Amino acid sequence: MLKVLLYFFIGVLPLCYMAFYLGRKKARTGELESGERFHSRPAQYGWYTVIWMAVPSLVISFIFTILGSSKIFAVPYSMHISTLLVLAAGGLWFSLKNIGSDLKARNFIENTIKVMLVTASLVSIITTIGIVISILFESMKFFSHVNFFDFITGTKWSPDTAFLEGAGRDGSSASKPEFGSVPIFAGTFMVTLIALFVAVPIGLLSAIFMSEYATPKMRGLAKPILEILAGIPTVVYGFFAAITVSPLVVQTAEMLGFEADYTNALSPGLVMGIMIIPFVSSLSDDVINAIPQNLREGSLALGMTRSETMKHVIIPAALPGIISAVLLALSRAIGETMIVVMAAGLRPNLTWNPLEGMTTVTVRIVDALTGDQSFDSLETLSAFGLAFVLLMVTLILNIVSSVVIRKFRKQYD
Amino acid sequence: MNKETRRLSIIKKRYRQENMFKFSAIFAIIIASSFLVFFLANISKTGYTAIQQTEILTEVTYNDATLKNTYRAVPRELSRLLSRGFLRLIPREVKANPELMGTTVTRWIVANAEVDQYMKEKPNRLKSKQIAIIEKLRAEGKIKKTLNTGFFYNGDSKLPEIAGILSAVVGTIYVMFLTMLFSVPIGVMTAVYLEEFAPDNWFTRTIEVNINNLAAIPSIIFGLLGLAIFINIFGVPRSSALAGGLTLALMTLPVIIITTRTALSSVPDNIRQGAQGVGASPWQVVWHHVLPLSLPGILTGSIIGLAQAMGETAPLLIVGMLAYIPEAPTGITDAATVLPAQIYTWSATSLRAYTERTALGIMVLLSVLLMLNAAAVMIRNKFERKW
Amino acid sequence: MEKNIKMKSEALNFYYGDFHALKDINLTFPEKHVTALIGPSGCGKSTYLRCFNRMNDLIKDIKVEGGIYLDSQEIHDPKLDVVELRRRVGMVFQKPNPFPKTIYENIAYAPRIHGLVSKGSEMDDLVESSLIKAGLFDEVKDRLKSQASALSGGQQQRLCIARALAMEPEVLLMDEPASALDPIATQKIEELIYELKERLTVIIVTHNMQQAARVSDYTAFFYMGELVEVGDTSTIFTNPTVKKTEDYITGRFG
Repeated sequence: MLKVLLYFFIGVLPLCYMAFYLGRKKARTGELESGERFHSRPAQYGWYTVIWMAVPSLVISFIFTILGSSKIFAVPYSMHISTLLVLAAGGLWFSLKNIGSDLKARNFIENTIKVMLVTASLVSIITTIGIVISILFESMKFFSHVNFFDFITGTKWSPDTAFLEGAGRDGSSASKPEFGSVPIFAGTFMVTLIALFVAVPIGLLSAIFMSEYATPKMRGLAKPILEILAGIPTVVYGFFAAITVSPLVVQTAEMLGFEADYTNALSPGLVMGIMIIPFVSSLSDDVINAIPQNLREGSLALGMTRSETMKHVIIPAALPGIISAVLLALSRAIGETMIVVMAAGLRPNLTWNPLEGMTTVTVRIVDALTGDQSFDSLETLSAFGLAFVLLMVTLILNIVSSVVIRKFRKQYD
Repeated sequence: MNKETRRLSIIKKRYRQENMFKFSAIFAIIIASSFLVFFLANISKTGYTAIQQTEILTEVTYNDATLKNTYRAVPRELSRLLSRGFLRLIPREVKANPELMGTTVTRWIVANAEVDQYMKEKPNRLKSKQIAIIEKLRAEGKIKKTLNTGFFYNGDSKLPEIAGILSAVVGTIYVMFLTMLFSVPIGVMTAVYLEEFAPDNWFTRTIEVNINNLAAIPSIIFGLLGLAIFINIFGVPRSSALAGGLTLALMTLPVIIITTRTALSSVPDNIRQGAQGVGASPWQVVWHHVLPLSLPGILTGSIIGLAQAMGETAPLLIVGMLAYIPEAPTGITDAATVLPAQIYTWSATSLRAYTERTALGIMVLLSVLLMLNAAAVMIRNKFERKW
Repeated sequence: MEKNIKMKSEALNFYYGDFHALKDINLTFPEKHVTALIGPSGCGKSTYLRCFNRMNDLIKDIKVEGGIYLDSQEIHDPKLDVVELRRRVGMVFQKPNPFPKTIYENIAYAPRIHGLVSKGSEMDDLVESSLIKAGLFDEVKDRLKSQASALSGGQQQRLCIARALAMEPEVLLMDEPASALDPIATQKIEELIYELKERLTVIIVTHNMQQAARVSDYTAFFYMGELVEVGDTSTIFTNPTVKKTEDYITGRFG
C-alpha cells in the first residue's frame, strides 16, 4: 500500500507536472511567436499533454495488473515497466508535436472527462453483470449435479454426505446427499412472515401518527428514533436476538406451557420485524404525505373524523405506495443475514411451529461458505444455488415494488 | 327526536373509534421507542461491566526456573487465578529487559476470566477453595477492579480477559479507507454523468434501473460476488482488507450514487444557465458551479453510505473476514477482521466472559456510527441551502 | 322584508401566527340566499369562508377571536361538535377532489358514516336524489359503479357538490368552485347554484366578478383582511358607496 503511494508521489506526479509544464510552455511560446490566439488556453494544452502521457500507460498498467492477478497471463516485470515508459514517452512526444493554434485542447479534455465519467457509470453495470454471472455460473455447476426441480420441491436437505465427499472420504458407502430446499425456504418464509406481522402494523401506524397526529415537536422526536432503529447494524440486532430475546421467548413459552428451542424462529422474526419498521414507516409516511391535501380536506369538510378520513380516504388512496413499501421491507427481510445466522438454527426443519428451531436461506449460505470446504464441493455450490433463488426473489420484489410506486407517483403528480 | 338521539349515539361511537385509532397510532410509536430504550439499556447493562477488569497484586519472580515454567513465577495458590496471557509473556519481558533477571517484583496482574466474573458477581466456574483465596485477597486489598484499558489496546485473544478490539479497529480503518477510496470517486462520477451529461436513451435508463436494483440486492449477495470474482478470479487474498474493502465499495456504490444525484439535482437550473451564459463549457459548469454547491449533500450522502458499510457483516463473513486475528494487520493484503465481524465471532463463542466484551464492543461500534450520522446531519443542517 | 339570518360572524379576527389575516369582520348571511365574497387575491376571503366549518383548525399556529354563529349557536362552542358542524355546513373546494372510489361510493360515504340512512334502498334513493340535485344524474346513471376519476373536471366538481348535498347540509360553502373549469362546465355550476338556494344557504368565494353578479343575491367586498362593503349584489355592482369597491369592480386593480 505504502509502496504504491510512494510510486505515485515520487514517480507519476512529478512526471505529470513535467508534461503539464512542457505543454503549457509550448502553447505560450507558440502564441507569442505567431502572435495569434490559440484555440484553447495554455493550461489546457498542459492538461492535453498530461492526458496523452499518463492515461494510456496507466490503462495498460491496470490491464497488466488484472491479467497478472487473475493468472491469465503474468506480464514480466521488465516488460511491464518498459511498455509503460515507451507509452509515456510516445504520448508526450505525440502531444507536444500536435500543439498548435488549431488544436482544440479544451474539447479534447472535455471529451476525455466524459469518457471517464461513462467508464465510472459502467462500474455499476459491470457489478450487476458480475453478480449475475458469478452466481449463475456457480449455480449452473450446482444444478448440473442436482436436478433443479428436485432442489425446488425436495423436502430433505442433507448435504453432510456431500461434505464427506468433499473431505476426500469415499461417498459410495454413505447415502446420497440430498438438496431439497423446501425446508430452508419454509424457514425463511416463517421468519419473514413473523417480521412482517411485527413491522407492518407498527410501521404503518407510526407513519400515520407522524403524518396525522404528531405535533412538529413529537415528529422531531419520533423520526430520529425510527432512523436510529434503521441505523443499528444487523450484527447488533443478531446479538440482541440471541442473547436477550431467545431466552425471553423460551421462558415465556415455558410459562404458557409450550416448549421452545433456543434457536426458535420466533425470536429472529420479532427482532427482524423491529429492524424493518423504519422501512415500512418512512416509505408509508412519504406516500401518505404525497396524497394531495385537498382530498383530506374534502373528507374533513364532509364531517369525517381524522381516523375516518385516514381509513376510508387516505389509506385506500395510498395503498399502492404502502404495498410497495411492504414489498421492499419484505425483500429486505428475506435477504437479511446476521440476525438469523446468530439467532436461528442450522438444522433444516419443515414445521408450522415458530417455537421450533428452523434455518433459513441466508444461514445456509453463510454456513456453506465459511466452513473449511474446498470451493468446488457440492455443499459450497449449493450456497450459490440458494443465492440464485434469493437474488431472483429479491429482484422480482424490487421490480414489482418500483413499478407500483411509479404508477402511484404518476397519479398524484 | 328519536332520530336525533340516534345521531348523537352515532357521533359518540365515532369519537370512540377516533380515540381508539389515535391511541393505537401513538401506541405503535411508543412500542418502537420503548424497544429502542430497552435495547440500548440491555446492551449497556450487559456491556458496562467490561469497562472494569480484575487485577491481583502478586510477586513475580524472574529466574531460570520460572522462565522454564512460568506458572512458578507467581505464588502457587495464585497461579490458577491469574491470566495465562500474562504468564506466557514473562520470557518476552525478560528478553526486552534483561535486568529483571533474578529479581522479584510486586505488581498488579490481570486475573483470569473466571476470577473476573466472580468479582463482577456473575456466574463462574471457580471452586470453593479458589473463592476462599479470592476472599482472602479481597480482605488484604490485594485484588481490585481497574479500568479495562486492555480492551482498547489488545487484539483478539482466545483468553477473554485479554481480548481487545485493537486489531478489529485497525482492520475497520483499513477496510473503510479502501471502501471510501473506491466507492466515493466512482459513485460521484457516475452521479455527475447521469445527472449532468447523460442523454435520455436506453443506455442511461438501463444504468438507472440497474442502480436501483443494486441498492435492493441483499448484502450477502455482494459477499458471494466478492468471493467469486475478487478472490477466486483476481486472486485477492482471502480475509484481507482489500477483499473486504472492494466488496463493501460495490455495496456502497448505489447509496452514494443516489444521494449524490439528489444533491446535484437540488442545484437550480438557473445556476447552470448563468454559467453557460458567460461561456463556460459543460464540464466547467459542473466543476466550477454545480459540484461546489452540492458538496455538502454529497458529503452527507457519502458519510451515511460509509456508516452503513461500517456496520455491515454478512458480505465480510463470506469473503473470510471472520478469521482469528490477534495482531493488527499492517497492510491491505494481510488477513484482517472488522469490528462487526469481531462482535460476531465473540458472540459465537460459548465462554460467558466474552458476552460482556461483545456488548462493550457493540457500544463502541454504536457510538462511532452515531457520531458519523450526527456529523452527517450537522453538515446537512449547517450548509444546506434552500433554493 | 326581514330575513332569517342563517350564519353570521361578529367581530371576527383571525391570525396566522403574527399575521393579522381578518380584521374585525361583522357579516350576516340570510337563509336561502346566495352571498358572494369578492376581493383581490390574499384579501382573506377564502380564510373567512373556511372559518365557517372550522377547516382552519387543520392549520397550526392560528388564532381566532370573535364569534361565528350558525342559527344563533356559536360554532366554537364545545357543545357543538365539529363533525356535526361540518355535516350541517358543507363545502366545495376550488379543485374538484373526488375520493378515489366509485361515483356511488363518493356520495354514499358521508351519509353512511353520519348514519343518515339505515337501509340499502334508502341509500340508493339518497345517491340518486343527490345526483339529481347536482344535475349530474342523467350523465352518470349508467355508470354509478365506475371510478370517479374517470369523470371530466366539471362532472367531478358537480359530483363533489352532490357529495356535499347528500349530507343534507343547511349551508354550503363554495371556494371558487368554477375556477378550474371550462366555460360550459362553469355555466352548469352557476345554474346549479341558482337552484340550490331554494333549499339552502350558499356562501361563495369567487374571483370572477361576472359570476358574482350572476349568481349572488348579496355581495361582500374584502380588501386586505377587511370587509370594505356589503350589500345587495345589484347595488354593489351598479352603485357602490366606497371608492375602493368601485375601483375593484371596474377592474382598476386586483
